[in-house]
Amino acid sequence: MTERLGIVVSGSLNKGVEVRLDSSASIEDMAVGRFVTIEGAKRRFFGMITDVSLGVTDQRLSLTPPDVSDPFIAEVLAGTSTFGTLHVSPSLVIGGDAAAILEGPQPVKTIPSHFSAVKLSTQEDVELVFGTEDEKRFFIGNPLDMEVKLCLNLEELVKRSNGIFGKSGTGKTFLTRILLIGMLQKSRAVNLVFDMHNEYGWAGTREGGPPVKGLKQLFQSRVAVFTLDEENSRHRGVSTDGVVRIGYDEIEPDDISLLRQTLNLTDLAVEAVHQLFRKFGKNWIQDTLDLKGAEELPEGLSIHEGTLLNLQRGLATIRRLPFIEPHSPDNAVKAILEHLDRGTNVVLEFGRYRDITTYILVANMLSRRIYAQYQSRVEKADAAAKESLKPRPLVITIEEAHKFLNPEVASQTIFGKIAREMRKYNVTLLVIDQRPSGIDSEVMSQMGTKITCLLDNDRDIDSVLAGVSGRNELKSVLAKLAAKQQALIFGHAVPMPVAFQPREYGSAQSYRDFAPQKDVTEDIEKLWD
Amino acid sequence: MAEVQRVGEVIEASTTGFVAQCYELYQMPPLGSMVKTGDSSAELYGIVCNAETTSLEPGRRPIARGKDEKSEEAIYRSSPQLAKLLRSEFEALVVGHREGDRLYQHLPPQPARIHGFVYQCTPDEVKDFGKSFDFLNIILNAHLPVPTEELVAASLRRMSQAHEDRRAFLVAAGKELAILLSGNLNQLNAILGRIKL
Repeated sequence: MTERLGIVVSGSLNKGVEVRLDSSASIEDMAVGRFVTIEGAKRRFFGMITDVSLGVTDQRLSLTPPDVSDPFIAEVLAGTSTFGTLHVSPSLVIGGDAAAILEGPQPVKTIPSHFSAVKLSTQEDVELVFGTEDEKRFFIGNPLDMEVKLCLNLEELVKRSNGIFGKSGTGKTFLTRILLIGMLQKSRAVNLVFDMHNEYGWAGTREGGPPVKGLKQLFQSRVAVFTLDEENSRHRGVSTDGVVRIGYDEIEPDDISLLRQTLNLTDLAVEAVHQLFRKFGKNWIQDTLDLKGAEELPEGLSIHEGTLLNLQRGLATIRRLPFIEPHSPDNAVKAILEHLDRGTNVVLEFGRYRDITTYILVANMLSRRIYAQYQSRVEKADAAAKESLKPRPLVITIEEAHKFLNPEVASQTIFGKIAREMRKYNVTLLVIDQRPSGIDSEVMSQMGTKITCLLDNDRDIDSVLAGVSGRNELKSVLAKLAAKQQALIFGHAVPMPVAFQPREYGSAQSYRDFAPQKDVTEDIEKLWD
Repeated sequence: MAEVQRVGEVIEASTTGFVAQCYELYQMPPLGSMVKTGDSSAELYGIVCNAETTSLEPGRRPIARGKDEKSEEAIYRSSPQLAKLLRSEFEALVVGHREGDRLYQHLPPQPARIHGFVYQCTPDEVKDFGKSFDFLNIILNAHLPVPTEELVAASLRRMSQAHEDRRAFLVAAGKELAILLSGNLNQLNAILGRIKL
């Protein structure tokens, strides 16, 4: 069934086309973000409704409105003297001949001719554009107001760094869970999730409802949960695969410079860190904290008393973190890497240590070391020209990304580097954030695919949409998304921007849909024990 | 086919219309109704746009005769010659024609012929004609002895009677009018007000 909505009456490639609604189509049934198909004379165009407006043929109608209490008059005038118009931005086109159909939809370089019919897209249209669920494509949700499965090519997605944005409470976490499951099932990539709020590993919270299952519960064998806070994990009944402890000697000057803001360090103090590290070597934190004043500084170091105090205060904050030890017996990085190499996804829970200092310190330290490993392995593989030696693609998921990727620190953190160098070393980022405007624009521009839930701050919207074609149109779609469970996806992994409703997550049926049958039966059996 | 009713004979004809005289006094078809004239090879369709009853001789005006009569009928009964001294005529606006099986809603190549018989159209013919609304444009642009809105409304009301779903027909016609009269809102409102059920 293809329902005709109206005809194209004007437009331009830059601004999109104006569609005059037929009298049979009610303007109140239209919604921005809906996916429509335009049947041109030779080609079919796919686009999205980006604006809806009302028109009259005679201005006097708006000055002296007719008596619409009479249904007859209202019916006659609807669609003739008074009509609705849609603004549609076409993004893809497919030619009519066989070669073009094989080639698939291409980006638009022209617009449909006058009076081309505009229809709501059918399931076939959506499948033609986004593909069907297969070994690479994962069902992530339904396009707005449609009962069609919207599929995302995850193999393509993980080749670039990606971002998930949205105000708090708009469903970022649920969306991330869906994507993580997708990556786990449909791509070769493994995930390392820095789970600040303990949402992904074992169980997650849901507003006004019972907790939802985390990755570990659904994919027992393919997910490992590490924790910084063993006690807390035990309380929550999470079976962990490892505890992360960090030794003083593992902290390097770069880790401290990142924390400059959160630890309230001065520029001079950060400078001094490097000097101290050069002097003291691996044990520099302990040695620095042991200093009783500037006069005890070793020969050759000129650090001002105030700077030293400032630095010591900052380092003391780090030392007070319970998971920091003078020397850590086991190597967390190595354990995590072993899991990743086996293709097991790793979720690192932060337990009670949810403050941003901990998060930045740990995420940055671990990522840096893991990235270094990846870098050397990829370089070795390249030198030997053996594709098989290359490590599995790794996706690092970070929350509160603006703290790592803001313009001041983006150049220093490993995340800035990963985002910019992209997949050269098989490591990409999945950035989750509620203040995208806080993220360095250079990093934002390198993100392949962006998925955004509702944003209402203008600066945030602008930064998410920076560099996207048709951003003014997308802006209106983005600003009108529902506060919950609606998102807009655009970028590398999707042929055209599309607003969608993420698939359900949290009901028994949804778990069965996500997880292979075997895991669920195991789960049920466990209930009987 | 329903019985075809003969209503008069053409006494004056032009490309855009014709005048017919009724055989019986006062037996003219109603305003807005459809009539046809011509033979089976080429029929002209007209919409009754005016009617009048006058004295047979233009110079002689009728005089009042009923002072001593009880009723109107009594006047005609006591002066039977009246029916012959007066005549009823009606004027039809040509809105289309049929050549063979094809129906055209534009002016015919030839006007009607004098003394051509004029018939009332059957409901089936009216329904067939009402499948297209191109004739509305002819009415709207014609120089008429009656106000245009009145004739449009009357003809649509008449035509709608031939349709099972009168309302759907009138809505469709209204939409056509809304397009034709997009620059003349007052006229549109006047017509819509006259055709609503």
